[in-house]
Amino acid sequence: MRYMMLYKPGRETDAPPSESEMANMGRFIQEMAATGALLSTDGLQSSAKGVRVLISDGRFTVTDGPFTETKELVAGYAIVQTKSKEEAIELARKFLAVVGEGESEIRLMHDVPAF
Amino acid sequence: MTVPDIGRAIDAVWRMESPRLIAGLARMVRDVGLAEDLAQDALVSALERWPETGVPENPGAWLMTTAKRRAIDRMRKSSVAGRKHEELGRSVQAKQETAVDDLEAAIDDDIGDDLLRLIFTACHPVLSTEAQVALTLRLLGGLTTDEIARAFLVPEQTVAQRIVRAKRTLTSAKVPFEVPRGADFAARLSSVLQVIYLVFNEGYSATAGDDWMRPALCEDALRLGRVLAELVPAEPEAHGLVALMEIQSSRSRARVGPSGEPVLLLEQDRGRWDRLLIRRGLAALERARSLGRPPGPCVLQGEIAACHARARTPEATDWARITALYEELVRSSPSPIVELNRAVAVAMAFGPAEGLEIVDALTSEKSLESYHLLPSVRGDLLVKLGRLEEARAEFDRAASLTKNARERALLSERAAACALGRKPSR
Repeated sequence: MRYMMLYKPGRETDAPPSESEMANMGRFIQEMAATGALLSTDGLQSSAKGVRVLISDGRFTVTDGPFTETKELVAGYAIVQTKSKEEAIELARKFLAVVGEGESEIRLMHDVPAF
Repeated sequence: MTVPDIGRAIDAVWRMESPRLIAGLARMVRDVGLAEDLAQDALVSALERWPETGVPENPGAWLMTTAKRRAIDRMRKSSVAGRKHEELGRSVQAKQETAVDDLEAAIDDDIGDDLLRLIFTACHPVLSTEAQVALTLRLLGGLTTDEIARAFLVPEQTVAQRIVRAKRTLTSAKVPFEVPRGADFAARLSSVLQVIYLVFNEGYSATAGDDWMRPALCEDALRLGRVLAELVPAEPEAHGLVALMEIQSSRSRARVGPSGEPVLLLEQDRGRWDRLLIRRGLAALERARSLGRPPGPCVLQGEIAACHARARTPEATDWARITALYEELVRSSPSPIVELNRAVAVAMAFGPAEGLEIVDALTSEKSLESYHLLPSVRGDLLVKLGRLEEARAEFDRAASLTKNARERALLSERAAACALGRKPSR
């Protein structure tokens, strides 16, 4: 089964990650890739560079970032392939231990063949 | 967490951590069977402790510490009792040798990875292919005996015996826990690749049973392949195999119809192909190519799969290139099955008559006597040439040869269409 993990740090800072944070994350990603479980991952830039497009009653609204409700902001994602939800939880724990704070929302993807 | 939750969490930890755990212990005690027993002991401790304490921060390290303590306990007990248990006796001696070995390894062995040693040991040529498969899935895939049995549709007892016997064979043959070196390495790596691809293929085109595919087995093989490729990053064939499996997996959603029937490559809805896996496959191929060595059979097959993956429509397929790749494959690793595939590509590139010529030359091939794809391909080409009566006989024969129920149904349907003087619709 395939899960998408959405990382929500719970706050937004403009400060780029430090060199040691980058190195730790790089090592962690390398490790996860080597287990064969990590299919794809990336981080997202600050919401100031983002845009929201909405449709409501047939009318579009386009709003530039930054977005204010920082608690729900997604800062990165990973797509993993595991045998169970519990395995995905273990991976999220490992990831959160590296980043130190925030939450990981784990969502099952529709990759199950139609049978 | 409730007790069943903890149980599932422990299962997950086991699946993720057991290969490294067993590999590390095997280096210590120099016996894969004993290493697995020790790892299992640690798992039992976890099952006793964790429901009370919760899963520790670093479960892998916890299991390793516990297992090592067990190993030392067992060695001590055996010496106190004065009975030199054969296995344990050897492991004490092995420990002393290990220190020397490790030093040597640091100097001499550029791979020096326990997991890699474990893979090569599980796929050691003293074991039968069946034993290699079972042991690899068990020790490196973290699968239970029951899961392996269900995947291969054999009784659990059979798999359990296979594994016990395999471990015994490794011990009695004194198979060293090491990565082969020099000239041996290439041949041994190729048998590891074969074991992984065999697992993949059993999942991809189930040779028996009611399902056309068993996707979980494909995922297991793919995961093993990715692990292996990271362990031997300088080996193009490992990346080639990963590329082949990623790209073939990218089609799994498209190759099964709504009622579970197979959908053939050229009839698949390419919009359902998994772009993520295709991208990963193409990247793996790029890595293989960047190593600048002449392509081996896995890389060539990966390249062929990539030709299909790159074609947005069946008509856009570069059949001339596929034909050329098959020719190279026939030259480097000749086999009647590769030749049969080449015939299909030639038929697509240069017309069914040219393909049929190659297939006809294969009909006297002993090893293909009961291979259902030979009459199946011959039937397809005869249909294209309008020779429906001959095609019907071929499809009937193919249906009688396949052990897969879904495939049999499809082939019988084709035979029936031919009998009515119609070209089969799929």
